[in-house]
Amino acid sequence: MSMDLLAHLQELDNLITREKPKGGALIPVLHQAQELYGYLPKELQDYIADGLGIPQSNVYGVVTFYAFFTTKPRGRHRVGLCLGTACYVRGNTKNLERLSRELGVNAGESTPDLRYSLEVCRCIGLCSKAPAIMIDKSVHSKVQPDQVAEILSRYE
Amino acid sequence: MTLKELERIRAKAQKELAVRGVEISPDSELKPPRPGEVRVVLRNCGQIDPERIEDYIAKDGYFALYKVLNMTPEQVIEEAKRSGLRGRGGAGFPPGQKWFFARQAVASRPAPADGTPPAYLICNGDEGDPGAFMDRAVLEGDPNSVLEGMAIAAYAMGATQGYIYVRAEYPVAVEHLQTAIPQARRLGLLGKNIFGKGFDFDVDIRIGAGAFVCGEETALIDSIEGRRGEPRPRPPFPAVSGLWGKPTSVNNVETLANIPQIFLNGADWFAGMGTEKSKGTKTFAIAGKVKNAGLIEVPMGITMREIIYDIGEGILNKKKFKAAQTGGPLGGCLPAKYLDTPIDFESLAAAGSLMGSGGLIVLDENDCMVDVARFFMDFTQDESCGKCPPCCLGTKRLLEILTRMTQAEGTAEDLQTIEYLTENISTTSLCALGQGSVNPVVTTMRHFRDEYESHVYKKFCPSGVCKGMFHYEILADVCNGCGVCRKKCPDKVIKGDKKVVHEIDLPNCIVCGDCYKACKFDAIAIRPGPTPKSRLPERR
Ligand SMILES: Cc1cc2nc3c(=O)[nH]c(=O)nc-3n(C[C@H](O)[C@H](O)[C@H](O)COP(=O)(O)O)c2cc1C
Ligand code: FES
Repeated sequence: MSMDLLAHLQELDNLITREKPKGGALIPVLHQAQELYGYLPKELQDYIADGLGIPQSNVYGVVTFYAFFTTKPRGRHRVGLCLGTACYVRGNTKNLERLSRELGVNAGESTPDLRYSLEVCRCIGLCSKAPAIMIDKSVHSKVQPDQVAEILSRYE
Repeated sequence: MTLKELERIRAKAQKELAVRGVEISPDSELKPPRPGEVRVVLRNCGQIDPERIEDYIAKDGYFALYKVLNMTPEQVIEEAKRSGLRGRGGAGFPPGQKWFFARQAVASRPAPADGTPPAYLICNGDEGDPGAFMDRAVLEGDPNSVLEGMAIAAYAMGATQGYIYVRAEYPVAVEHLQTAIPQARRLGLLGKNIFGKGFDFDVDIRIGAGAFVCGEETALIDSIEGRRGEPRPRPPFPAVSGLWGKPTSVNNVETLANIPQIFLNGADWFAGMGTEKSKGTKTFAIAGKVKNAGLIEVPMGITMREIIYDIGEGILNKKKFKAAQTGGPLGGCLPAKYLDTPIDFESLAAAGSLMGSGGLIVLDENDCMVDVARFFMDFTQDESCGKCPPCCLGTKRLLEILTRMTQAEGTAEDLQTIEYLTENISTTSLCALGQGSVNPVVTTMRHFRDEYESHVYKKFCPSGVCKGMFHYEILADVCNGCGVCRKKCPDKVIKGDKKVVHEIDLPNCIVCGDCYKACKFDAIAIRPGPTPKSRLPERR
């Protein structure tokens, strides 16, 4: 088994029992399972399918449809670069190029040491301070390419 | 809860609020109202603590619900219709009408024998338009106004269970709702037998998972049911058969936040604002190349010029206005000739754009309209759910063509193909995502055709955006040799002595644009033709 399903099994079971009787339980369960495990690998999806009594294909279909769910482990720090309209016209693609170069990964990938993952998101609601980057839960606004390396270094 | 108790809470909370003031950090996008603004939906944002229901009651919260529960549902629907309020989620359909259809559908079926709700009310807080965040501001700053609006709507249509669908990217909004809902239940403003009038209503939160199409009402219903969010063909409309096959009304956050005010102040008060067919106010998120960006609320019928030049204080860096993009990825780009058109649902639609949720991005002379069209197509192509071929395949082909054009590989035939494809996609797609996806392309083709032709025939991007399709030149008769560009140049390819005309060593210039941005004297011009080192931009 490539992942440790047992790590949070008790919580996972409770969660499934709690959500199952409500209608439309799958997405809330996936949200909370991803919070527990960090990502949603195949084993976990299958376990959830069994628990909820629905086909594995349904679970897989939902996981791959929604951008928020990931089947691969993410880095400790999630670097979300905004490519919403305001950030795009205010030049955030330059910051993306710089981030990509600094981290050595493309958008949607994680660094091999799992320190960072680089993601592109669409509007984090800071349009008047574009271009913006969100790292974990903190936001950096009016970012210039030259500041990128320094900002990254703040996240161990 | 009785009216007396509610009045007592209000009196106490008003005193408290006056002494305490509000210590919460205000939304950074929401400044105090500027001249020309009228705040209805945003009136409490930043004025009250969103995590205290008493603060909301201090501002007459839940008094509208009391008033409504003393009316018949038919009267409520009538009053909502009379106010002239139209849905703020995009389509502009009157909510009173929606509740009327749902109510009819409830009446036409037998009451559910299994104890399940006869109908559902859904609040759409998915807000996927990149560049719009007014719903977030309301959910974060005044969640109770949305809950009260939902309760009123539910009473009118005959629903007993509500869902509020919030996107996962808005954790603070979710948090504030998770506080507000139990508080309302505790005071008996949600739950069983509200105000002792025999009306039951409760609300659950559903969190989105990052799919733009789930803002579309039938896809949203699928998503709540726990499936992939794929729009359904209509009819049946959700009002007849929606969530779990029951009559369902889907209303936007801003729409619902208007409702309590309409019942507090009367339909006539609301209908007194706005234009003939679009009443009330609208929130806009202004951003882009504008000086004073942020969230505003203005009466319908205001002109774009008033928004951009008066409230927004004009264009950044003394640049020229080129276009305003409204309606998000399904909206369009409007050129300067529309600056003085009063904004309402009809006028924006007539101009080929949309009211949408209210994003308004200002573009200046350095924004390339072909690239903007490509940007939006990249977004919709990415978000197309894949159910119907015109949208799924058509947007892909359009994106390929637009990408080609911005890489100096567009052909005359491409221009024709665009026209053919946009026509087909807009008329044959299943839902409004596909139908609207072509709007950014159609409007830029209509209003900025010269830019498309320049890209295709001259391989020249006149705005200086598409890499490899232009270079910079220092104008000898304007340059005064100040040296700023020389110092800014990262590759040190600008040469010249102080007070002497400078020159760019073109074969080594990477066309990064730093000198162009730095020059205070407009002495650097955009010229056709690439330099050997101007590389193609990175694409997602
Ligand atoms: C692709 C797509 C995305 C949409 N996104 C949203 C959204 O984020 N929020 C919203 O309220 N309506 C959205 N809508 C409109 C909804 O389908 C629906 O018309 C609206 O929620 C109805 O509420 P209203 O009558 O109050 O406007 C979207 C429509 C489409 C086609
Ligand atoms: S577009 Fe980036 S914050 Fe809105």
